[in-house]
Amino acid sequence: MTRDGRRLRGRSRRTGTPRGSGAQPAGTALRAVGLTRSYGRGESLLWAVDRVDLDVPAGQTLAVTGPSGCGKSTLLQLLGGLDRPTEGEVWLGGRRIDHLGERALAGLRCRSVGFVFQSFHLMDELTAAENVELPALLAGSSPRAARRRAAGLLDRVGLADRARHLPSELSGGQRQRVAIARALVNEPLVVLADEPTGNLDSAATRDILHLFDELRAAGQTLVMATHDERVAATADRVVSLRDGVPVDDTRLADDAGAGLGALLSWED
Amino acid sequence: MQDVVLALLAKEPSHGYDLRRRLAAALGPLGEALNAGQIYVTLTRLEKTGLVVQEREDAPVRGPRRKVYALTASGQQRVAAWLAETTGPRADVAEFHLKLVAAAESGLADPLALADARRRELMRRLAEVQHAALAHDVNTEAGLLLEGIALRLQADLRWLDACERTWSARAPGGRGGGNG
Repeated sequence: MTRDGRRLRGRSRRTGTPRGSGAQPAGTALRAVGLTRSYGRGESLLWAVDRVDLDVPAGQTLAVTGPSGCGKSTLLQLLGGLDRPTEGEVWLGGRRIDHLGERALAGLRCRSVGFVFQSFHLMDELTAAENVELPALLAGSSPRAARRRAAGLLDRVGLADRARHLPSELSGGQRQRVAIARALVNEPLVVLADEPTGNLDSAATRDILHLFDELRAAGQTLVMATHDERVAATADRVVSLRDGVPVDDTRLADDAGAGLGALLSWED
Repeated sequence: MQDVVLALLAKEPSHGYDLRRRLAAALGPLGEALNAGQIYVTLTRLEKTGLVVQEREDAPVRGPRRKVYALTASGQQRVAAWLAETTGPRADVAEFHLKLVAAAESGLADPLALADARRRELMRRLAEVQHAALAHDVNTEAGLLLEGIALRLQADLRWLDACERTWSARAPGGRGGGNG
């Protein structure tokens, strides 16, 4: 199918941002303009992310959903500077990052973006506390400040008593909470979480969602890719991707159970 | 039943036998209990309320000219209203399925647009339920009920994904009217 054929088929509804480059409006944490990532060439050319425009206001929790292969992971990697777009722009906290050099980009990723991955990506030979400290040290913190900050974060994610454990001594849910503490250690502008509950059971998923709820209350900007509708439902906003194209952009209410009474009818 | 029969007539005037065949095709094994009598009872009721009229078939492919049922103007309005109304979170799978089938057959609504609207509605509902579910321990009675409702909504959303795949594969290649 042609590229435009897909877009038409996909009922393209652009995610409401003006086109063209330029500084992002105040209060925007993350912005994509015409963001495109293609792989291959000729007949086998594939657009994993196809001309995506997206504004994420500071403090927003955004879920990117869609079936496997819809481009949500690629989109997150582009937004966090882990991958480079074929076309288009990425702005992070008012700064364009897609054309930065590798060194500058690595520094920016370390200081301004917190990543959370499906399979945790902790260093196996480091303790929980050391895993959390590491990005702080890489960003230039003193060992003492890094230690203090890691201890505070491990306490915040409920793992103060596991600080000296190796990842192999922790459950999946605990490992992911360490990974979230690590993602927060440099007080990033944005946390990007790629299928953060993909390897977790429902109890551990609940823990992570409670933690994300606390982050949201604290004003942390968070973008997560998930194929789990219940995880997406905890976000402020859900963008659905199909074939790399946003096909829906829905705002969700956060009033717990306000309209739930309507689910039951009490007729005799 | 009335709304489904009306919507199937929106494509073209049909006789009862043809309606039953199309319903059976859309419902598969779930349509086994449906007999021709029920279709005719429904058609007779719709005729009495002025939503359909009987008319003679224009040009039969073969055989004698038979009576077919056709929508009246108010029948048309009722179909349009049925397709436009949101189905509510408690609508069952078969009802929404028939709405998509009827929308596609009649050409009066885009099944993908209906699926989208329902997805948004279910997603908003799931957000409410999920926030409440996280606020209640799953081992409490209230938490257990919320867990069940959240799982049901999740199942509905997953089925909508399947609907979307099937109906977008069936959509004609020129969807979107060539603009964009």
